[in-house]
Amino acid sequence: MEFIDYYKILGIQKNATEDEIKKAYRKAARKYHPDLNPNDNAAVQKFKEVNEANEVLSNAANRKKYDKYGKDWKHADELDKQQQYRQQDQSRGGYQQSAGNNFQDEDFSSYFESMFGGARGSTKSGRGNASYKGQDYSAELQIDIKEAYTTHKRTITVNGKNIRFTIPAGIKNEQVLRLVGYGGEGSNGAPKGDLLIKFIIENNTKFKLDNDNLYTTIDLDIYKAILGGTLKIDTFDGSVTLKIKPETQNGTKVKLKGKGFPVYKKEGQFGDLYITYNLTLPTNLTEKEIALFTELSKLRAI
Amino acid sequence: MNTSKLIRLEELCTHYRIKISFFNNLDEIGLIEIKTIEQTLYIHRDNLNTVEKILRLHHELNVNIEGIDVIFNLLQMLEQKENELNKLKNRLRIYEN
Repeated sequence: MEFIDYYKILGIQKNATEDEIKKAYRKAARKYHPDLNPNDNAAVQKFKEVNEANEVLSNAANRKKYDKYGKDWKHADELDKQQQYRQQDQSRGGYQQSAGNNFQDEDFSSYFESMFGGARGSTKSGRGNASYKGQDYSAELQIDIKEAYTTHKRTITVNGKNIRFTIPAGIKNEQVLRLVGYGGEGSNGAPKGDLLIKFIIENNTKFKLDNDNLYTTIDLDIYKAILGGTLKIDTFDGSVTLKIKPETQNGTKVKLKGKGFPVYKKEGQFGDLYITYNLTLPTNLTEKEIALFTELSKLRAI
Repeated sequence: MNTSKLIRLEELCTHYRIKISFFNNLDEIGLIEIKTIEQTLYIHRDNLNTVEKILRLHHELNVNIEGIDVIFNLLQMLEQKENELNKLKNRLRIYEN
């Protein structure tokens, strides 16, 4: 826990007037407001700091105490036994969190709490608008690409409650599922909030995924590439035998229709699998092989 | 008509301590849709997130309704760009080992 420079947070001088504090706070709030910075945790943190700074500096008594003892916060309580700065109601339960998932972390810094107690001051502008709908919760879920390949049920625990839901096949990396009604309680019979689950898809397979298409590279020896033949390869859900055309060049791509990833929420539909051939050359040639290759090269040289 | 997913405006006005004219303005500008069933005004519960966001922006940042409309348009653009970026990032994974 460290001393927090509230003046610096608001970008103002120590001798700033009340009006300057108000202006600086409003400007910062407009910049970092969580509703204007969706999915930006850094902005949410900054907004919290700015609010805390305003909480202290816009209240004459708090500001006075901060200016006097701010740096010696460790001894503030001993130095100043007066508790009149504390709100009557120390529990923060009286303050309703806003519905947006951005407001989950509304607590004050431990520095603030040691200086002023945890109570929210009365200077707060506007945030008292208690939300009606329950709070939205956010969670992140990491799943393997193999799990994302099939529609399956999953149980997760959020705030001690088990929630079972279906993950549709073909869910994308960073995609967010909204489970309506699995968030916080609403007030007086109002609808509950939602649970937003962001998926992180882990992929340690040899298949790369783009949209619904899979990509992979297969080694092909030059004899089969030159003369043609068949090759058994792995797809995402089993193996297939491919026909290799004679004189197949290095880097040749073939498309296996419908062997890609399932299309999200379109049952039975799949993307394609693209295979790139990587021709491999023999090494550690025997004398006989060298002689034969030499002969071949002479045929081409004509 | 099934009103289980509809919320009476009157109830919301009491809860948020705002006048019904505020909702009418939001409806006029196209930010929410007010439904009238047997002379009672409702909004769909899917609109609640929007309403609460509007109230926060209005009360905490003093943005008027027109300003909020502009913000919503920009946020929508931002979301589209983010989706595009995610798609491109996912595509880039093809080239990463």
